[in-house]
Amino acid sequence: MAELKLKQLQKTYEDGPTVIHGINLDIRDGEFMVFVGPSGCGKTTTLRMIAGLEDISGGELIIGKQVVNDVPAAKRGVAMVFQSYALYPHMTVRENMGFGLRLAKQPKADVEAAVHRAADILQITHLLDRKPKALSGGQRQRVAIGRAIVRKPDVFLFDEPLSNLDASLRIQMRIELAKLHKELATTMVYVTHDQVEAMTLGDRIAVFNGGRIEQVGTPLALYEKPANLFVAGFLGSPRMNFLPSKVAGHGLQLADKAELDIQLPLPDGTPVTIGVRPEHIGLGYEGLAAVVDIVEHLGDTQIAYVRVKDIKDPLAVKLASNHTPPANGSTVRIAITPETCHVFGEDGKVMMPVRREETVLA
Amino acid sequence: MTDITTLPASAATPATRSKTFNYQRWLNRSLHYLVLSALAVITVYPFWWTLVTAVSTAGKVYAFPPALLPTEPGLQNFLEVFQTINVWAFYKNSILISGATVVGTLIICSLAAYPIARMRFAGRNFVFGAIVATMILPSEVNFLINFITVSKLGLTDTISGVVLPNLAGAVGIFLMKQAFEAVPQDLIDAAKVDGANEWEVFWKIMLPLAKPALGALAILTLVSAWNQYIWPSIVMTSVENFPLSVGVSYLKGAFSFKTRLVAAGAVLTVLPILIMFLFTQRYFLRGFEGAVK
Ligand SMILES: Nc1ncnc2c1ncn2[C@@H]1O[C@H](COP(=O)(O)OP(=O)(O)O)[C@@H](O)[C@H]1O
Ligand SMILES: [Mg+2]
Repeated sequence: MAELKLKQLQKTYEDGPTVIHGINLDIRDGEFMVFVGPSGCGKTTTLRMIAGLEDISGGELIIGKQVVNDVPAAKRGVAMVFQSYALYPHMTVRENMGFGLRLAKQPKADVEAAVHRAADILQITHLLDRKPKALSGGQRQRVAIGRAIVRKPDVFLFDEPLSNLDASLRIQMRIELAKLHKELATTMVYVTHDQVEAMTLGDRIAVFNGGRIEQVGTPLALYEKPANLFVAGFLGSPRMNFLPSKVAGHGLQLADKAELDIQLPLPDGTPVTIGVRPEHIGLGYEGLAAVVDIVEHLGDTQIAYVRVKDIKDPLAVKLASNHTPPANGSTVRIAITPETCHVFGEDGKVMMPVRREETVLA
Repeated sequence: MTDITTLPASAATPATRSKTFNYQRWLNRSLHYLVLSALAVITVYPFWWTLVTAVSTAGKVYAFPPALLPTEPGLQNFLEVFQTINVWAFYKNSILISGATVVGTLIICSLAAYPIARMRFAGRNFVFGAIVATMILPSEVNFLINFITVSKLGLTDTISGVVLPNLAGAVGIFLMKQAFEAVPQDLIDAAKVDGANEWEVFWKIMLPLAKPALGALAILTLVSAWNQYIWPSIVMTSVENFPLSVGVSYLKGAFSFKTRLVAAGAVLTVLPILIMFLFTQRYFLRGFEGAVK
């Protein structure tokens, strides 16, 4: 059990570029913290610094009450589950799981008991005498998690643990991981590039981008109140629609003549970006004219991609599954309510509108 | 129309092509085996000749063309070898020397290879380059300096004197380095997080995973330590310390030059190692597969 503090944490690889640019993060005791972000943004590097597998170039890392910058991995009280599982091929499952405790010179009986308890939780007792070679991907993953549990660490670290599993197994393991966290109530840091995993598992999510943290918050907070364009675009599928726009007198001017009644204390002509999620765009008889590109039917919903004059990318519109799909190439009208809009300034940061009125744009 | 006429033609081509292809393959194979057989004969014949000479009890030794089969085969030559020299004492010395060389080489080479393969330190490439460079020199070049060292240390006429200079071989270090490099970094990281220190990573993870390479190196070292002749004959001065390879030369010593006895002695020397190699050959090759790729 331990809390985790990252203070201005920095990483510069030997004769390489700086890949982590001073990040600050407090992870609470018992919290399930997810690091999410595109590939190459520094999630693994940060996790490896926490684990003690990578030197810290700057800043402080605190586990519990102790600054651990110079504490070797073995002494940090963390356990890590690797994307590759990293099971020791020459040891049986039992030996793999007990390895840490045996190194710590625990009595044989205690090791055996701990291994059995973990194997029980993960339902892998029947595999204990097998070598990793004789296990399926899902079973290996369980053993890797089991090896972490056995040591009763203060902090669990997961680096994309499910990305090598097939889709159905991934969902099953995701649910089990969530249960496991409830049961153990241990601090967990979980790296993924999969936003669904992030949204479903995390107590809080830290969105990484280019070696910085863009925003930290609960999944819902990030989804509903993204702090910037990056977070807004990263979470949600299909992603949020972005409409270039300009401040114009009493509102925001969209393409053509359309106007949104959102007032900002900015001079006329200031460019801003309006963000609106696909589920917040309505298809109806009034509003902005748009031409239907294509309609995707996903079973439970439909996504219509429509083109609006002067807006480069097609807009995604989420429709109920029983909605009569508009014909490809037909002209429809889309309606956007100001209350559901996010407005981002030129620097990409979200802006709070001074006043929003309940009127639908015309 | 054109479509219909071209279709069957193109369908027929693969069949004809595969026929000529098979013929070529057959020819290739035959040539292949012809060359291999020739090489095998050239390599094996000297051994065969020695064996024939050792078990023949009559006829000319240096007949030309040389005899392919023994004349009046028997074991007299071997009996005479056992009467002339103390074969068992020589065997014992050979076993001690090769055993110590194998154990020492495995320890020294893997300890030297691990940091080169897995640790970062200044001058790592230079150290490895220097080690590889020693492969260029024939081992005879070292005899003089090694002998001076050994005698200054007072190790002449001892097993240590024969063994020590041979322990750190470039080939062994190279082989082990390759094996250690093949171990995924994640395994080392996992062990470190699990609480292993550098030594435990080496001992409990790296060495067990390098077993095939260790096996190959053990066999390689055993063969060369068992067969070495010049170096032990330089270091050892008393007959009772000779390994078999050196002891056998006593057969052509003071008395008349008895080629058949020397041949029998050579057979006695090579036989144990040959049998050993036959049994471990598969393991040996596997070690190289893993190491060299
Ligand atoms: N050992 C290394 N040496 C140099 N650069 C590295 C090393 N490991 C990772 N990087 C770089 O650091 C950046 C972040 O990598 P990583 O933390 O693995 O990203 P993520 O896990 O988010 O995909 C990448 O640009 C990557 O190229
Ligand atoms: Mg990664």
